[in-house]
Amino acid sequence: MKSIKTALAGTAAAIAMSSAAMAADCPIKVGVLHSLSGTMAISETTLKDTMLMLIDQQNKKGGLLGCDLEAVVVDPASDWPLFAEKARELLTVHNVDVIFGNWTSVSRKSVLPVIEELNGLLFYPVQYEGEESSKNVFYTGAAPNQQAIPAVDYFLDELGVEKFALLGTDYVYPRTTNNILESYLQQKGIAADDIFVNYTPFGHSDWSKIVADVVALGADGKKVGVISTINGDANIGFYKELAAAGVSADDIPVVAFSVGEEELSGLDTSNLVGHLAAWNYFMSADTPANAEFIETWHAFIGDDTRVTNDPMEAHYIGFNMWVNAATEAGTTDVDAVRENMWGQEFPNLTGGTAVMGVNHHLSKPVLIGEIMADGQFDIISQTAEVPGDAWTDYLPESAVLESDWKDLQCGMYNTQTKTCVQIKSNY
Amino acid sequence: MRGIMLKRFFLVLLAAISLAAAARAQDGIGPMQAILQEQAEVIVKSSRTSIGPAIDAVAASGLPQAQGVLEAWQAKDMWQRQADGLFFRATQDGDRYLLTDFDTGAPVGEAGKADLRQIKPNSGVRALLGTALVRFQLLDPDPARRADALTSLERDANADLLAPLRAAIDPEPDAGLKARKQRLERLLTISYDPDQAARIAAIDAMSGDLGVDVRAVLNPLVATTLRVFPGTPPEGLNIAKRLRPGSADLPREAAYDMLVQADLAPPRVSPAALRDALAAHIRNGAVGGVPVAQLSDPDRRTVAYTALAAAGLVPPYLTEDQIDAALEAHVFAMLYAEPSSAVTDAANAALTNISMKVGLNQALDLGLDALSLGSIYFLAAIGLAITFGVMGVINMAHGEFIMMGAYTGYVVQQVIPNHTVSIIVAIPLAFAVTFAAGVAMERLVIRWLYNRPLETLLATFGISIALQQLAKNIFGTQARPLTSPDWLGGAWVLNDVVSISYIRIAIFVLALIFLALFLFIMKRTRLGLETRAVTQNPGMAAAMGINPGRVNMLTFGLGSGIAGIAGVAIGLFAKVTSELGSDYIVQSFMTVVVGGVGNIWGTLLGALMIGSLQKGIEFLNPSNTLAAQTYMIIFIIIFIQFRPRGIIALRGRAAGD
Amino acid sequence: MRNSFVARNPSVLIFLAILALFTLAITVLSEGVGLGLVSTSFVKTLGKTLCLALIAVAMDLVWGYAGILSLGHFAFFGLGGYMIGMWLMYERTRQIVVDSLANAPIPPTPQEISDAIGSQIFGVVGGSDFPVIWSFAHSLTIQLILVVAVPGLLALVFGWLAFRSRVTGVYLSILTQAMTLALSLYLFQNDSGLRGNNGLSGLQNLPHLDDVPQSIVSIWFFWASALALALGYLLAAWVVSGKFGSVIRGIRDNEARVRFLGYSVEAYKLALFTLTAMIAGIAGALYYPQAGIINPAEIAPIASIYLAAWVAIGGRGRLYGAVIGAGFVSLVSSWFTGGQAPDVHLGFYTIRWVDWWTILLGLSFVAVTLFAPKGIGGLVDLWTDRRAPDRHGADLGPDMGSLREREAER
Repeated sequence: MKSIKTALAGTAAAIAMSSAAMAADCPIKVGVLHSLSGTMAISETTLKDTMLMLIDQQNKKGGLLGCDLEAVVVDPASDWPLFAEKARELLTVHNVDVIFGNWTSVSRKSVLPVIEELNGLLFYPVQYEGEESSKNVFYTGAAPNQQAIPAVDYFLDELGVEKFALLGTDYVYPRTTNNILESYLQQKGIAADDIFVNYTPFGHSDWSKIVADVVALGADGKKVGVISTINGDANIGFYKELAAAGVSADDIPVVAFSVGEEELSGLDTSNLVGHLAAWNYFMSADTPANAEFIETWHAFIGDDTRVTNDPMEAHYIGFNMWVNAATEAGTTDVDAVRENMWGQEFPNLTGGTAVMGVNHHLSKPVLIGEIMADGQFDIISQTAEVPGDAWTDYLPESAVLESDWKDLQCGMYNTQTKTCVQIKSNY
Repeated sequence: MRGIMLKRFFLVLLAAISLAAAARAQDGIGPMQAILQEQAEVIVKSSRTSIGPAIDAVAASGLPQAQGVLEAWQAKDMWQRQADGLFFRATQDGDRYLLTDFDTGAPVGEAGKADLRQIKPNSGVRALLGTALVRFQLLDPDPARRADALTSLERDANADLLAPLRAAIDPEPDAGLKARKQRLERLLTISYDPDQAARIAAIDAMSGDLGVDVRAVLNPLVATTLRVFPGTPPEGLNIAKRLRPGSADLPREAAYDMLVQADLAPPRVSPAALRDALAAHIRNGAVGGVPVAQLSDPDRRTVAYTALAAAGLVPPYLTEDQIDAALEAHVFAMLYAEPSSAVTDAANAALTNISMKVGLNQALDLGLDALSLGSIYFLAAIGLAITFGVMGVINMAHGEFIMMGAYTGYVVQQVIPNHTVSIIVAIPLAFAVTFAAGVAMERLVIRWLYNRPLETLLATFGISIALQQLAKNIFGTQARPLTSPDWLGGAWVLNDVVSISYIRIAIFVLALIFLALFLFIMKRTRLGLETRAVTQNPGMAAAMGINPGRVNMLTFGLGSGIAGIAGVAIGLFAKVTSELGSDYIVQSFMTVVVGGVGNIWGTLLGALMIGSLQKGIEFLNPSNTLAAQTYMIIFIIIFIQFRPRGIIALRGRAAGD
Repeated sequence: MRNSFVARNPSVLIFLAILALFTLAITVLSEGVGLGLVSTSFVKTLGKTLCLALIAVAMDLVWGYAGILSLGHFAFFGLGGYMIGMWLMYERTRQIVVDSLANAPIPPTPQEISDAIGSQIFGVVGGSDFPVIWSFAHSLTIQLILVVAVPGLLALVFGWLAFRSRVTGVYLSILTQAMTLALSLYLFQNDSGLRGNNGLSGLQNLPHLDDVPQSIVSIWFFWASALALALGYLLAAWVVSGKFGSVIRGIRDNEARVRFLGYSVEAYKLALFTLTAMIAGIAGALYYPQAGIINPAEIAPIASIYLAAWVAIGGRGRLYGAVIGAGFVSLVSSWFTGGQAPDVHLGFYTIRWVDWWTILLGLSFVAVTLFAPKGIGGLVDLWTDRRAPDRHGADLGPDMGSLREREAER
């Protein structure tokens, strides 16, 4: 008991001391809130490294506002409540000026109340289900209309798919995305009977029956396509079963929203050639900016085989926008930076320019790639920039909602009743 | 940036067109190039919706080069030279690309990648190209091309191709391709032949065939649309059946909505519309005489609205009687798109015939899936059947032994690239690695805890999380590839309904081998005898000269080693991650407990029961696999209430307590 | 009675005194009401740790005293959290909805309010209808009753089924683990009506108390957790000190003998199992408003195993051992994973504790079971000079894992 008390006292003292030392303005602190252990470490560690690289680069360019940038890295360990705790620690103990972090939607929902309460600033880099716009968060990943909807359009127009299998892991991103897609497809004239939906647990491995079900969908003579929001490891079993069943991309194309270069490195892709993925960025994008980014990344990480992926680009854009906004504002004060973020422009790695909208979402081009045998994507379609839509137009409840932090000063504005439903998020 | 790109695009296009014109004037380009140049814009755009004319132009050109152009295009071998917009076939040679002229087939030089633009038809465009190629390829001397043509036809056919296909059947030398052609001819006849008798004959011929393609041809024939008619439907329509509003097929609301859609009835006032109408007519704090404050009551809202309607300010509020009357005045019927009732009758008969067969085969397929899942659970649990079932040791780290086996397979595959050899090496190596780990664990930890089963659970759980984290530290959290050899790829296809992948068959066989091995070791070897003796009464066994420590060590090692081999098998069909083991540990314990501890047949039955149960629930609720797992576990909990000692319970002294 | 109870259990008084001192010290040092030396996030951590200590006490009752290694108590903990979370979420959302609809020209109908709350809560998981289990979410009183009723009922039904068919020992452990797994898988489904994988979030924001800063709220919850722990500890100490306690210890050491003596073993076990499930529910209901979010991952089977490990490390069969174990392991764990522990440089390799802490923890489970079955609490025995009687290696009973030295001594 005694030892605990001394341990506690020690920790308390340490915390007190660190908060006392926090008074000075330099260096400017950048919080990095990505899981370095647990199930999400697989994806998030890369983003932590990306942030360290970007901060390092910026410091070499002379820092920001005459100060050096300093990264404060914490590990929320894929534990959702811990995200909230660590976010509070970053904002109150370490006094960071901005946080870059989170991957899963549930971790973002966990952090939201803390960020809003303490008026922090979070850059969230991952494609997500939308239906959210917080005053204190900038969403640099894709909203559904920047990934899912264009991919479905591609299926409808380019591949002539008439019957859809929406396969997803059972969590909020697939649920909401599939909901939006179901509604969208029905508006496009696809009958409800022609939409097959299935949810599987995380890490699911027994795919034989589901693949058989999908093949059997072809029995009424319509072309079948699969929209996959299957997450992480479960994809491996899914694609293996698909290959074993001899389903070729020409018969039943699969477009995935959660499979990128990083995920494919765990797979032998020779049997998957031709299946698709939709993102805002592919490593194979042929631009000088991308070549430079990849080169810097390889040099920083010391490994030429490491791939780059979409959330990395999101952090790249988000970080640079934040730097520019803070430079224009002349301060890292959250409110000043936020106002300067609106309309902030920065070139994409895939060409074109990303623009930050007043709804805190980016305008980005949508790319569709076919999987190649080397685990990279062959970009076969690239749209013009699509502005991210916080509230989808394809669900009746959210079609009437709008987010505009500049003029309406509201993230959830009901255009019918002309009222602001809420300023703070309802998580 | 985009503006610049667009501009550049147009410049190139302009240059291309003018150059093409100039070239044609000088007769410098061939006729095929001229066609391509005419279509350059849509070819470069490469969208399925607009590419049609370009493909038709090439296919219908009558030029001998057409087939070559279409094939190159389909294979993404067609490139456009940025400088003059001309199209070439290009083959890569190091950094350079060798260009070949489509018209002459002669090389015309080479270019760097920056000077060229690859034409990348997407899979939709490739399918159109494939269909366009069918005419050329059906009688191609190369059997592979003829097979390609048939594949394209299977995917996407049209009425014009029926005649060429019929003409191509007789000259076909290859028996397999000929059979495919004949089958395709039947299917196309059903869809496209103008002669009704021929269609019905073809339908009858295909009746009872299990192929998805047959159903894909028949189902559109019997596809129906729901239509509404004011009064009796006109004659000459092929009506499937009439529907009564309010029945299960046609709910009352849906039926009325159809009337509204068809402008046959006034729309109902939805609650939201009602509210908006009220809001629009607030006068002096009241609507239709009802004070606004009372309008939180739905009944008052109706009263207010009716008052407004009576004043003619809003559309009338529909009563249920009015809705009923409107529904009564109309006829709802399902109409076949196919006008001939003889054809739809034949198709329906054929489909009924097929669907019975399909049902039977689906049951068979489900049975195979269940068997396969059961064998996977059995394989995962068999090691546990030894350590837990025979020795009574709770080993929570069993899953991590499975994981170690899978990672061993992965490491071996990194060293030995040949997949077949690597698997052959990996299996004994995985056994050796996990055997050693098991022996070490038994010697260091478990033997001190034989009398404290609950603490064994705790200690082995500690080892489990330590091993899992160690695997993460060594191999990272990313899933690692463990690829099966090619001869295990693919699936054994009985028909379009019943199929099972070879890897699952291999796992099934492996499970059988282990069952035999287990029985052999336990019943026929000295180790088995000693194990059974030590399990039943260690003191007595020791008195008979058996060294219980050694026996326990070897038995535990054996159980762990088998887990390692199971790991290789599971890694082959699923994934290799550090969490691989924990996915199976609870299921494995369930399998052993449900089956009955201490009896391998019980474990087998338990695995089969859990496997088929899970597949059964999945079949009943296909859209939610997670539910299947939940209900399966609940079922097991209840099952154990009724058979606490499992399916096959040990009786008497062997039961141990 | 009271006197004799305290006199027989001096450790209870000492424990309560230490807890009171600790609570007072943190209050004085806190940001919200005191000197501001302890940050709000750390107050929350400590408050949560107290809740973990409470469920560890419950675990010690079932495992340390009754010998039932339940791997399902975190399910009860989570259920308690869900029950209170439903009210917190519903009420907060209702407030937002009512405020926003108050501006509408026409006052909303109850149905409209309910629909709007539904689409706010379930919109994120693609629904808007209220599932049946939310029927009572509007009432704080009912949800508070459910905090103990739901875990209690689940424990009652499950325990009745399990004990009735004489499932004991490791079989029972596996069965409870299966129950936890089934529950967490069930909650992972969206159809369960509790927002699937997203769970219930924003729980730290108390409805109607928007103006109260988190620094104050955190102290309130810290006090409530300390009070709950004190009461729970008293209750547990009282339960194990009387005749009931003797019977359950008897069940642990030799179930058959107690049954032959005429006691209804099943009833005793069931009563204890249900009681501890209720305590776990209360602990959860206090924990999750401090954590801010509850989702099904919280009740995955591994959490319950960790719980057993805390109790083992702290020392089974003594209530303060459970508290020490929970507090020590969870605080040390958060210190190591928080990246605050210094890396160890070995020259050829750098040990980063983020990567190696779990391994250390796992190995310490092994070490504790092998070398220190009495856990950290055993140190107290050294201090109070209490030694196990030297029995020259003879067995006391069939279960050598039981800690029977104290009983043997009496």
